[in-house]
Amino acid sequence: MKSMRRREIHNKMMEGVLVVATVLVLLPLLIIVGHVLVEGVGALNSDFFTQELGSPSRALLDRPTGLVHTIIGTVVVDLLALAIAVPIGIGAGMMLSEYPEHLLNPTLRIMNDTLNGMPAILKGLFAFVLIVKPMGTFSGLAGAVALSFVMIPIIARATESALMAIPWTIREAGLALGIPRWRVVISTVMPAAKIGMVTGLLLAFARAAGEAAPLLFTSFGNNYLPDHWLGFIFNPVDTLPQRLYSLAISPYSEWHSMGWAAAIVLLAFVVLIFIIARVATRDRMKL
Amino acid sequence: MKSDSKQPRDTEAGEQKHKIGIAYLWLGDRIFKVLVVLLGISIIMLALGMAWVLYSEGSDALSEFGFFTFISSRVWDPAVQLVFGAWPFIFGTLVTSFMALIIAFFPALAVAIFSAEYAPRRLAAIIDNLVQLIAAIPSVVIGIWGIFVLAPWLRDTIYMPIFDWTAINFPELLPVLGNPIGYGMATATIVLAVMIIPYTTALAKDAIKAVPKDQREASWALGSTRWEVIRMAVLPYARGGIIAGAILSLGRAIGETMAVAMLIGNKNTLPFSIFGAGATMPSVIVNEFREAVESLHLSSLMAIGFVLFLIALIVNLTASYINRKLSIGGNQIL
Repeated sequence: MKSMRRREIHNKMMEGVLVVATVLVLLPLLIIVGHVLVEGVGALNSDFFTQELGSPSRALLDRPTGLVHTIIGTVVVDLLALAIAVPIGIGAGMMLSEYPEHLLNPTLRIMNDTLNGMPAILKGLFAFVLIVKPMGTFSGLAGAVALSFVMIPIIARATESALMAIPWTIREAGLALGIPRWRVVISTVMPAAKIGMVTGLLLAFARAAGEAAPLLFTSFGNNYLPDHWLGFIFNPVDTLPQRLYSLAISPYSEWHSMGWAAAIVLLAFVVLIFIIARVATRDRMKL
Repeated sequence: MKSDSKQPRDTEAGEQKHKIGIAYLWLGDRIFKVLVVLLGISIIMLALGMAWVLYSEGSDALSEFGFFTFISSRVWDPAVQLVFGAWPFIFGTLVTSFMALIIAFFPALAVAIFSAEYAPRRLAAIIDNLVQLIAAIPSVVIGIWGIFVLAPWLRDTIYMPIFDWTAINFPELLPVLGNPIGYGMATATIVLAVMIIPYTTALAKDAIKAVPKDQREASWALGSTRWEVIRMAVLPYARGGIIAGAILSLGRAIGETMAVAMLIGNKNTLPFSIFGAGATMPSVIVNEFREAVESLHLSSLMAIGFVLFLIALIVNLTASYINRKLSIGGNQIL
């Protein structure tokens, strides 16, 4: 039998180990964000937001070059992906929560988790076969479809748990008043679950917005602004994560620093969505 | 609707209202249910479609070489012989992912324990959010940091001294160690470990939080110190969830693409060495898919995608199986 003293010392020691481990785990976050901030802010300038990239010679000859086409492309592709993913994700989430006795639900749950667990790059290959091959060209649409595959399972899961959190008595109260089931869901359950659902959407959006792998073989990338705005949907489109990858592995140091600028913009974009989602959830907890 | 009816207006209006009522009550529910179920089925179709598409697109390569030859052959030559074997990439994926999990597991568990059992509520919330923030950093951002900051630093301060020391004392080990160029298996593994820690932590914390209060209180009542409560009452109860979470994190590491593709050095031939360049299944797809010209090459990359699908599927199913078997009651297996 160990003495009380030794047990106390052991206890204190473990506490110290846990604190040190926690600091060690959080250290990389500080280092990565710090480096991106320092290198990225130095590389940001007004050209970055107003000029298109063009050929490498532009950067090498010190002519104005930037990523305006990339930023617009990212917004277009991400929003299009959200538009595709929201109905499917929310619909499937509703099936799981509002018709809990449905025979297909166990299958749907397994398939949804499977889809969620699949590497994003496979979703890119899938969208390549589904959209790029029949269309014969890489396109923003294909990129959006690939990203929607990333969003859908997250939205479905978040919707399910947000709707499940609303007590059945609320639905029964609505049904007792003679309101049909679909009206109860849309007018009573959904408003009550609004915050949870929106948080799910935002987290799915933030996750997809940072993905580069599925975009490499779908929206492909483009150094120039399209001639017509439809070019953002039906032609190859630049997006921030994919452009950041191309810049980082390019041989030009001018493009490397532009890559850091792209990194800070992308990081700010993703972290901002993330923080909004977190703040929304925290407010709900207080209520 | 009857437009030239001679019935009084109010009756007609009543009838109309009745019809709308039926549409509103009965048809509305029907339409809603059909719509929702169709959307649900579309997710099932997506998951099945993905497996089928990857298989059928890769079937040329799989039938050319045979499934087992394809996954066990060590030669990947898209240039001259057009012979494709996926083993180097499967090997690279499994080694980097398992090593990353081994590195990440205990720190992640420590953070989960600290945040769940030790930290005051406010501090715990801060730690949780910061850990989640690591998960929110896009893979490419970690990749660019790895290329320009981490890899050069690791090469100069860690790899080179180890390499020099080994060269003097155990020169026969140098082939195992490989060239310390900075971009290779070791760097990719370290970055992978950093990237999966948030998942392991979050899932471990969920499992720890799910341990009933009675379990802790019983241990306190026996006079345990705080660490003994955790060690003897909490962790044994939560182990199912913790292990399942670790396996799910392994799935994450297996599928992680961009940061690995940017840091692993991309070498398609075995043997890989510790510091030297290697490749994983996602990294070879990223690097070669856009440049693949030969249809057999393209098909082989799709077949690698199919193998990756199978591995990810096995990992996910194993995690959910362990979670089911180990977490209920706590004491059924082990």
